[in-house]
This record gives sequence, structure tokens and C-alpha cells, in this order.
Amino acid sequence: MIEKALKGEPRYWAWIFFLLSIIGVGFGCYLYQLSYGLGITGMSRDVSWGVYIAQFTYLVGVAASAVMLVIPMYLHHFKKYAKVVIFGEFLAIAAVTMCLLFIIVDIGQPARVLNVVLHPTPGSILFWDMVVLNGYLLINVIVGWNTLLADKKNVPTPGWVKPFIYLSIPWAVSIHTVTAFLYAGLPGRHLWLTAVMAPRFLASAFASGPALLILLLLLVRRFSKFDAGFDAIQTLAKTICYAMIINVFLLLMEFFTAYYSHIPGHIHGLEYLFFGLHGHDNLVPFMWTSAILGVLGIFLLLVPKLRMRYDLLAVACGAIFLATYIDKGVGLVIGGFVPNPFEGVTQYYPTFPELMITLGIWSIGALILTILYKIAVSVREETA
Amino acid sequence: MSMDRREFIKIAGLTSLVGAGASGAFQLLEPGVLDAATHEEHGHGDAAHGQAEEQASGPKVRWAMTVDVRKCEDPEVVKRIVTACHTAHNVPDFGNPKDEVKWIWADTYEHAFTDSANEFMDKSIEHLPFLLLCNHCDDPPCVRVCPTKATFKRPDGVVAMDYHRCIGCRFCMAGCPYGSRSFNWRDPRTVLEGKPYNPNFPTRMRGVVEKCNFCVERIWKGLQPACVEAAPDVLTFGNLADPDSNVRQILRVRVSMRRKPELGTKPSVFYLV
Repeated sequence: MIEKALKGEPRYWAWIFFLLSIIGVGFGCYLYQLSYGLGITGMSRDVSWGVYIAQFTYLVGVAASAVMLVIPMYLHHFKKYAKVVIFGEFLAIAAVTMCLLFIIVDIGQPARVLNVVLHPTPGSILFWDMVVLNGYLLINVIVGWNTLLADKKNVPTPGWVKPFIYLSIPWAVSIHTVTAFLYAGLPGRHLWLTAVMAPRFLASAFASGPALLILLLLLVRRFSKFDAGFDAIQTLAKTICYAMIINVFLLLMEFFTAYYSHIPGHIHGLEYLFFGLHGHDNLVPFMWTSAILGVLGIFLLLVPKLRMRYDLLAVACGAIFLATYIDKGVGLVIGGFVPNPFEGVTQYYPTFPELMITLGIWSIGALILTILYKIAVSVREETA
Repeated sequence: MSMDRREFIKIAGLTSLVGAGASGAFQLLEPGVLDAATHEEHGHGDAAHGQAEEQASGPKVRWAMTVDVRKCEDPEVVKRIVTACHTAHNVPDFGNPKDEVKWIWADTYEHAFTDSANEFMDKSIEHLPFLLLCNHCDDPPCVRVCPTKATFKRPDGVVAMDYHRCIGCRFCMAGCPYGSRSFNWRDPRTVLEGKPYNPNFPTRMRGVVEKCNFCVERIWKGLQPACVEAAPDVLTFGNLADPDSNVRQILRVRVSMRRKPELGTKPSVFYLV
């Protein structure tokens, strides 16, 4: 099937080379980071994780969200997802690959990364994150590739693939739960020390991932003859809406617990993010943008007449994607380090090379996604 | 007891004002309280176990340090302690807060004992420098989160680092509630050139985490930690597991505090106030 990725129109190749050029710039910056150290980033003693770990956290959610298609399709036989589910699985493959790359670029001694396997430490959540992420990548490669292969040959998916499909459901939940546990079990980091972190991670994941998927499916519809179908997209839009409402609800729970208890440590993190702490407020405009976009997205998805218009649906999905991205991909990680263990505020600003490395990894993800989607669309166009 | 009764009541009273006591942001240990507490910590909580048996099952050595805060008032003392440590361990000074690496340093009471500062506080305490270092916790979160066992707790209670195994994921920095850990954002050897250098202690490479090691390289030779040697009247180092040790004798008569005891990490660094 891979040969389908090698045949394309000029604009397909223009896009591929555009991505390759960004990957090249990102890779150059990474070589610089390898020779100088992580000091080229904006991270410091106080904010010791930055944009890399934030992207990682966000993209684990995108990867997990494939389950929002797999459950209706395989547990409830919702046939309208039959042609779409592959796009969710391929999105998961691209997202998990990006997650692993963001971990690699974040660690100080990447050559020693295998120490995690050579000296397995089951007490460390990072060890389990490594296990579940790699496992999830493998499951989705097996399931995605074989279901598409069967589609191409116009035969049913082989029976041995089924257990992997069912396994992918709890596994998807596990990847984001374990990722939440990276944060939620640390003493002394008040913003993170919350039992609703894993539930909120899942809720925001089930909003952000499908929102990105709808945007991608609308693009596919525009650039190819494959249409995911009005009903499939509308059902997915409702999933996003409910998930986002639960996400916002859980965020409001955090506000209540912190502000009603009046416990300063619990308030400080939220205060820094949304109102500014001791005059430090570099994330405040971002967090309010996120809040406004989130509410806008929910409104557009909640009203059927608005949701059914593809242009407004695209706006809604874009709003949800950005809102959750700022919330989890910017605020959560950085906010957890402010204030620091001495109640001081150190602000974090990513540097240019740091952002280029980040963009480079997003481009690798986009490249993987483009190639996989090209194959999937070509197969769908053939069998249509 | 170098603190008079009036002073003790004053501090103890303020502590209860901020709701501290045993579960606040710092813990005020009355003289002798630890004798009862270690019994609880190392025992199995089973009434059937005799005291002798429990003593035998616990560690024979648990290194600890006391910091006599009122003797730190002179900035020269703090400087002498910090320099002794940072020179002994080839700790790089990059001269900027972003790349900063430090093993021991002084900060204010408010920053050391977060949440427990209050406007009615004794002004003399407010302006004292508090020496901060790794607490060598009895239940260290950094050890729990490390994915490669590069940071580990030794049988003598010292939380140590293997700089050759550390992958630089910095999970331990997120896990440490005391901000005791530093990361080598850049090559530390570049700034060590031309500075006082200890050839008997390894330098680090970039991309690994480091912190105070309680001078394990010195204590196995029977020496005191470098900081204690620099200021023996301020710092006392000894075996917390031995009821007759120097630190236990001090803690029996002096009022002491530990940082963030509510987190259950059980620090081995005690501040005498």
C-alpha cells in the first residue's frame, strides 16, 4: 500500500517538501541543543519542564482520542464510523510518535535513554508511561494497517486483529491516565496535586483529538474525493461537545476547591494562570483566550443549526483545539512550576531554537499523518 | 538549651496561630519529641513488637544535620559554608539564575518555610538566613519518581545520585518539594576552568541533575561534611538512629523545625531556632 504515498499531485509534493524543510530547520536546532545542552531553551532551575513536555502531554490526549471512534464502531457497531475509524487510528500513530520525540528532545542525556529499560523501575510513573506509549503505538500500527489492508482487498478484517482492537480501548484510557499520574502524584506541586487530573485529561483529550480529526476530515473532503459523511462528522461533533463540557466542569471544580477552601497554596497556581501572581502575569492573556475559545466552541457545537454548517463547525473545532491546547499544552505544565517550592515566581519564555525544535517535531507528525492519510484516502477512493 | 523559655513560648504560640503544630507548613519539634517519633517511624506500629526488636529492625545509621539558625546571622558564615561545599564538589557558577546550579545556599525564613510566615512574626527570625540543602528525606519523592534509579536512598539515609546513570529527565526536580535539585543546562566544566578545583571529586557533564550528597565521599573516610567542617558551631552532623549521638542530644534540648513536614517526607535536616 505504501506505493500510494509516492504518487501525488504537485501540491502534495509541495506540502511534503515544505514539511521536510521545517523538519530540517528543527533538526539543525536540535543538533545545536545536543552540542550546547538544554541551556538553549528557556527552561531553568524553577521551571524545569517547558514547551517540550507540554506538547508531549497534549499529544498523548490527541492519541488517546481515537478511542472515541473505536468504541462506537466496535462495541456498538455504529457503522457510520466504518470508513472514518482508520483516520482516528492513523492520527493516534502520528500523535504518539510526536510524544516519543518530545520526550527524546527533552532529556539531557538522550544517548542514555535505554537506561529506562536497562534499569526498569516500576515505582516510577515515567517507566509506565514508556511502556503504555510504546504499546499504544504498536497496537495502532497493527490495527490500522491490517484493517486498511483488508479494506483494500475488500475482505473483512482478519479475526486475529479483533483482540488488538478491543485491547486498544482500555489502553487508550491508560496512556492518558498514566500521563496524568506523572503530575498528579507529586507532593508540593499544588496545581497538579488533584484527583481530577486524570479525568480532566481524558475529558479534554476526547474534545481536542476529535476536534483535530474533524478539521482533518474536512480538509480531506476538500482535497480528495473521500467524504467521511455528514452523519459521522455530526456524531463526532456531539462527542466533542459533551467532552468539552465535562472538561470545563472539572476545571470549575478546581476553582471551587481552591477558592472556597482559601488555602493559599491551592489558589496560587490558578491565580498565576488566570489573574497573575505578585505582578507576574505572562500567561493571563493566553488562559483567558483559552476560556473564551472554549465557551465559543461549546456554544457552536451545542446548537444543531450552527453545528450542521461545515464552516461554523470548522470554527468550533478550531476553537476547541486551541482552547485545550493552551490549557494543557501551555498552562498546565508551566503553571505547575509557579510558584516554585519557595513561593517565588520565575516566568518561562521558550526560546527561538526551542520553538523551532517543537515545530520540527510537529512537522514530523504532520508528515507521518500526510503519508498515512494519503494511503488511506487512496484506498477509500479505489474502493468507493 | 540556648533558647529561653519566653522565646520558646513566643514561637510556639505563633506556630499554633498559623495552624502549624504537627501538620502545618513547618513542624516545631519540642525537645525530646523525636525520641518518641523515631520509635514510631522505624517500628512496624505493631504493639506486639518489643522496643529492642524494633530498634534492631531499623537502620543502624541515619545521617542527619542540625542548622543553628541564629548563628548564621553573619553573612561571612553563610559565605564560608557555601564556598566550602561548592569548592569541594566543583559546583559550577554560571553567574545567572537561569543556569544556576547550587547544593547549599541561604534564603529567607518566608521562602524556606512557605505558608508559615505571618505579619506578627518575630522580626529577628524574619531577617535570618536559612541554609537550604537537600533534606535527605527518609521517604524521598525524588527517589520514587526516578525512572532509572539514578537517584537512590542509601542504607545510611543519604539520598545519592549516580551522574552516569541519570538520563536528565528532570522528573526528580518536579518531584522534590524543597527545590533542592539543579540541572546542568550547560557544560559545567567550561566555567570551572581557572577556579579553585577539587581533583578528588568528579565534575559533572551537561544534561544531568545534581544536588547535595551529604558529603558521602568524606563521611566514609570518617570526616565531617565540608560545610560542617567550615562552621562546626553552626552545623552539626550525626547519626539520627543512635539515641546518644550528637544530633539526638541537640534535638533533645533544642526546639527544631523541619521543612514541609505535612508532605510526609521526613527530612533529615533540622533547623534549631
